[in-house]
Amino acid sequence: MSAEHHHHEHSDHHEHHELGFWRKYVFSIDHKVIGIQYAVTALFFLLFGFCLMMMMRWQFAYPLQPMPFIGTWFGETFMPGGVMTPDFFNSLGAMHGTIMVFLGVVPLVVGGFGNYVMPLQIGAPDMSFPKLNMMSYWVFFVGGVIMLASFFVRGGAASSGWTSYAPLSVIAPTGQTYWLIGMVFLITSSLLGSMNFIVTIVQLRAKGLTMFRLPFFVWAQFVTAFLLLLAFPPLEAAGVLQLMDRVAGTSFFLPEGLVVSGQQLVQKREITGGGSPLLWQHLFWFLAHPEVYVLILPAMGIVAEVIANNTRKPLWGYRAMVYATIFLGFMSFIVWAHHMFMTGMGTRLAAFFATTTMIISIPSVVILTALVISLYNASIRFNVPMLFALAFLPMFAIGGLTGLPLGLPVSDIHLHDTFYVIAHFHYVVAPGTIFAIFAGIYHWYPKVTGRMMNSFLGKLHFWVSFISINGVFMPMFFAGMNGMLRRGYDPTAYAYNAPNMGLVKMMSWSAWLLGLAQLPFIINFFWSIKGGRRVSQNPWDATTLEWTAPSPPPHGNFLTEPVVYRGPYEYSVPGPKTDFFPQHLAKAEA
Amino acid sequence: MGGAHADVSKHMKAYIAVFVALAIGTILTVAASRIHVSTPAHIGIALTIAVVKASLVAAIFMHLKWESAPSIWWVLLVCVIFFVVLMLLPSLTTHDTPPQVVHGTWG
Amino acid sequence: MSAGVLPYTVKPHPVTGLYSGKFGTWLFLASEVMLFGALFSSYVLLRVGAPETGPAAWPSHEETHLSWVIGGINTMILIISSVTMVMAWASFKMHDFAKGRTYLIATWLLAGAFLVIKLLFEYIPKFQHGYVPAKNNFFALYYTLTGLHGLHIIGGMIVIGYFIGPGSSLWRRDPEYYTNRIECTGLYWHFVDLVWIFLFPVLYLM
Repeated sequence: MSAEHHHHEHSDHHEHHELGFWRKYVFSIDHKVIGIQYAVTALFFLLFGFCLMMMMRWQFAYPLQPMPFIGTWFGETFMPGGVMTPDFFNSLGAMHGTIMVFLGVVPLVVGGFGNYVMPLQIGAPDMSFPKLNMMSYWVFFVGGVIMLASFFVRGGAASSGWTSYAPLSVIAPTGQTYWLIGMVFLITSSLLGSMNFIVTIVQLRAKGLTMFRLPFFVWAQFVTAFLLLLAFPPLEAAGVLQLMDRVAGTSFFLPEGLVVSGQQLVQKREITGGGSPLLWQHLFWFLAHPEVYVLILPAMGIVAEVIANNTRKPLWGYRAMVYATIFLGFMSFIVWAHHMFMTGMGTRLAAFFATTTMIISIPSVVILTALVISLYNASIRFNVPMLFALAFLPMFAIGGLTGLPLGLPVSDIHLHDTFYVIAHFHYVVAPGTIFAIFAGIYHWYPKVTGRMMNSFLGKLHFWVSFISINGVFMPMFFAGMNGMLRRGYDPTAYAYNAPNMGLVKMMSWSAWLLGLAQLPFIINFFWSIKGGRRVSQNPWDATTLEWTAPSPPPHGNFLTEPVVYRGPYEYSVPGPKTDFFPQHLAKAEA
Repeated sequence: MGGAHADVSKHMKAYIAVFVALAIGTILTVAASRIHVSTPAHIGIALTIAVVKASLVAAIFMHLKWESAPSIWWVLLVCVIFFVVLMLLPSLTTHDTPPQVVHGTWG
Repeated sequence: MSAGVLPYTVKPHPVTGLYSGKFGTWLFLASEVMLFGALFSSYVLLRVGAPETGPAAWPSHEETHLSWVIGGINTMILIISSVTMVMAWASFKMHDFAKGRTYLIATWLLAGAFLVIKLLFEYIPKFQHGYVPAKNNFFALYYTLTGLHGLHIIGGMIVIGYFIGPGSSLWRRDPEYYTNRIECTGLYWHFVDLVWIFLFPVLYLM
């Protein structure tokens, strides 16, 4: 990975000539355009990844039966007679995870929301390194194309789980190589972006905007950027090592004496052995654990903004939330092996990681509690963003609490690799982060487009999604506790799993209903660009700086340089006539 | 670094001095590898010399000695902590295994 | 600052004392520490876990066929290139463009020499004798570590080459900005030298 910093200063003469179409809308260095590019691309990937899962849900609920309507679309290699092969099932699973995490959620919450909103919230004209920002997007785009292309190579896409455990991933077909190369691009994109975020937040804050006057959303992005900066490189290293194993015949992750399909691998492939599959796991989870905090922190940031705005009172415990976030970021680096309790780990090491895991639950609870207490005595406005933000709270609580038995080695023995784990992490990411994403979209849409999304469609989207998403994931806890294992092609293959099949069918039908529930959102999203109700600069009567810029903001963002006089959540305070006191006003308006 | 030109010319001596120190350090590293000591001692000596050389490069070539900005020191501190954690990781994991099963009649 | 122009690209920020490019470069180096750190860590784990005998056993120093002479020469080349790099920056800081450019060219040539020596006296002969990455994990790591390091050298050469060539026009427009970018390039270059300072004893002498 080479270092090429192209941080050209915005030269003065840019204001005097109009950029052509390509420089304005495609290869733009404006953080807002890049943010929209990230967001739209990521939303497409989220939908795509979700479709992969909706297909898998057919095989779960009606194993080995031909998929109706679309079963014949996928060709005879992957779905002969409309029934998916086990390999294709595995590909769907591995790519669902990969796409949702690396191509969907992170690019959306960091690349999309972070890029668009953060510079506006700190009163900056753009990011510190606009060209680097553009490069980050296109590198992400190329990574995404490579990942999608992997479906079309011989053997199909990667099928060794999103975790790509060795040695299976080393001997897997070509799709895995594409996965690795795609990951290198995605990691590089994240690294470049994270540097940009940190420097921008530290250096480009408006006058008067001290760190403790920053909106919580910016703090969340700040800590997230550190996680991305420091945690991703080991996975990049690991990816290179796995590529070497696959392509150059090395044995970083291949032990001696490995037997595949009855034959010694040493004979088949001229490898030497002596490697360690555990090395892959350590390097992978060293990233992947901080990665899950990358998934949740920006979401908490969004929820905090929406809640503060729609309760019309300051956030309770802002300082505690900030310190908790910083502590969380630090702790996230020393818990990774709780994903590896079942690898034959000794008791001392397990005790260490179990302890750190228990400790890390504390800052999450602090943040969640502060958000909940913020609702006390509030004048709550139940608009669409607020509905999603409110739903986030109990959903994240369920996700977080159900993680505790997984973080303790004794109970993890029973629950590891069951559907309980899937339920746990989906509760945090799906009705957690994704609901926060929806809240953010409905909340900031008027800033980006100058129009409001339709409220009726929004509420329909919310209620059907909320009910169906619980229908998908709540039964999973019980199925998992009853022994249903992850990544199994045919849940009826084991007799003990038979009692779970009712729940399995319920989950599948809920998933398909959840898919349908997204249609009002998609329609609303596109229709409102031209057909939504036009709104003013600050339709939500918010206090933070992004609402002082025009909707949408022009190149350079602010007509005059903002100056900040107070904290970010001065709602219902004495002074102004209205129930909010924006950050940038020197005095209350007469 | 809005420093005056004079500041930099004072540093020239330091640059040359560090170069000489690095050259000597390299020779020392090679020489030390030829002495027969136990492996841990060997590793210890080589890494100590390497750390000293690295510190000289960081302090003088990368101007850390004259850098007033605390931000850089924080970044460095974070680097060092994580590097140490990463290095310790393998030794943490290799020797920690579950208690051995008591062997019964079938071995 | 006027609305729309990015501040602190050349002048340092009053609180952090840094201009943005330098701050960004140090952050980038932090991520690089993690990258090479992960590889060094893998080296330790694989070496400690290698079997005692058989083809996967860790080779002795003689069996690695790595010459400390060539490694030592390359180490000195890189150290000298670090000196020329900092001299280049110092020259630009003292407003001597010609001298600075000469030092940049010297750095570039030394970097090229490092790569040529590596290729001609190490990689090619080793490949010809069958000491390929697949031979055992030592060689796998050797090629991965030095290869990745080599890619970083190539990257540095591209950036330095840019500042010798097309990028040098920035000197006329804004010499302080140009000097700062050379400083950032220098920080990266010293880091590349730093990595080698650790790689050399680990691979060639242990």
